[in-house]
Amino acid sequence: MLTIDAKNVDFYYSEFHALKNINIEVEKNKVVALIGPSGCGKSTFLRLLNRMNDLIDGTRMTGQVLIEGKDIYAPGIHVDELRKEVGMVFQKPNPFPKSIFENVAYGLKVNGIKDKTFIEERVIESIKSAALWDEVKDKLNKSAFALSGGQQQRLCIARALAISPKVVLMDEPASALDPISTAKIEDLIHELKKDYTIMIVTHNMQQASRVSDKTAYFYLGELIEYDDTIKIFTNPTEISTQNYITGRFG
Amino acid sequence: MTPVINANNSDNKKRWSQAIAFTIFKMMSYAVVAILFLILGFIVTKGIGVISWDFLTLAPEEGMTKGGIFPAIMGTIYLVLGSSLFSFPIGIMSGIYMNEYAKGNKVATFIRIMTNNLSGVPSVVFGLFGMSLFVNTMGFGDSILAGSLTLGLLSLPLVIRTTEESLKAIDQSYREGSLALGATKLQTIRKVVLPMAFPNIITGLILSIGRVSGETAPILFTVAAYFLPKLPTSIFDQVMALPYHLYVISTSGTDVEASRGIAYGTALVLIVIVLLVNLLANALRTYFSKKVKTN
Repeated sequence: MLTIDAKNVDFYYSEFHALKNINIEVEKNKVVALIGPSGCGKSTFLRLLNRMNDLIDGTRMTGQVLIEGKDIYAPGIHVDELRKEVGMVFQKPNPFPKSIFENVAYGLKVNGIKDKTFIEERVIESIKSAALWDEVKDKLNKSAFALSGGQQQRLCIARALAISPKVVLMDEPASALDPISTAKIEDLIHELKKDYTIMIVTHNMQQASRVSDKTAYFYLGELIEYDDTIKIFTNPTEISTQNYITGRFG
Repeated sequence: MTPVINANNSDNKKRWSQAIAFTIFKMMSYAVVAILFLILGFIVTKGIGVISWDFLTLAPEEGMTKGGIFPAIMGTIYLVLGSSLFSFPIGIMSGIYMNEYAKGNKVATFIRIMTNNLSGVPSVVFGLFGMSLFVNTMGFGDSILAGSLTLGLLSLPLVIRTTEESLKAIDQSYREGSLALGATKLQTIRKVVLPMAFPNIITGLILSIGRVSGETAPILFTVAAYFLPKLPTSIFDQVMALPYHLYVISTSGTDVEASRGIAYGTALVLIVIVLLVNLLANALRTYFSKKVKTN
């Protein structure tokens, strides 16, 4: 079964037709990079997968998005249930003004888990999965705001992992970080692929080619090309894709 | 030939007007502080002589020319508490509704325009309205209840506004971060948004207390007693209150000249209460903004 299956998706911000007939299929434990110039609709598409666009007034969608075979826009679907399955990491690190421990425990607690030992184990496990453990193990009760930007972003990844999602969405997760922190996040994506299906929006071509198995190129709301990353970056079918990845974009 | 700008001349002019402008701005801001200290100094020097333990703990005596102001202090405290009980919950909940649930829609805009208008209504009009509605129509009589409700109405716009502004200042990314973890909107508000906005909200609330404790007109027709040397026993009793007491003994007391000292003493007590409340607001804001980052 496909992990993500978007069928004939159209999306509108009021009158603006932001996504035009998008079809994407993603298999389990793959990393998919979404690339394209600003305003092409790649972030909008990402935010459709955990229904974050619901928060914006005047938006409308047609088509179908299936996550593990389940139509996430069907009536009767609870968005909070969906968002437990589909985690998200944002462009700017946004840890809560709580301790490091409480940040990671937050998702478990709001979903009604009360067992303290379970929470503690899960928090430690998640911080380890986010490759942050060695840096924070002695200060779990310190404020998350005291961490560096790169550490904060890995904390946000740990926070997303704690509730055991099936899919992790990343919206330019490294664009606000320095090169060393960026490298750490990229290494982390390679590790996380073993357990999660990942979709990442990025403006950085090298990053897309380094971390992803498949790449989708968006332009003006259309999915121009979606193929294996190696094919997109070495021998793209569409001229527009080639222009974009070679920086000749006009 | 390239045109030459007479640099020296225009540079000098620029610097002069800059220097003059800053001097004026500086003098104006110092003047504000000076006026404030002048008022404080005036009240303190005139009033400090009257302040004693007896003044703070006894009822007025001999036609309010002697004795203390204890009933008025207590009356003001009751009214502040009573109006807060009314305006804080309603105001905070309205503020949350307007910013978190109805943001940008027509209902919220309408409520905002109305509350802004409400805050522009002169306080004596609130007094008249309170008298008509709470004292007469609802039959509470001149009472702590009627006075508290009237003062509560008066401070409601401030409380709503403060709550809304404090919530607005919280970056949307924190809300999204919480929602993305499967939290509901209510959980997000309770566990992330409100704790972050709390230091600012509490500052606004306390400032509204400062405002309420100094208001005279709204309590004039709804609760304030001219002379009532005992403490109230229920919320349907009248009380004395500091601002009204000050007004009474300065204008229509039994012997205005003889009460002059007490008037300054009362003013001093009122000012000290408001100052303490403001200092408390600052202290709490500092305390909570530290706390919110670590727990």
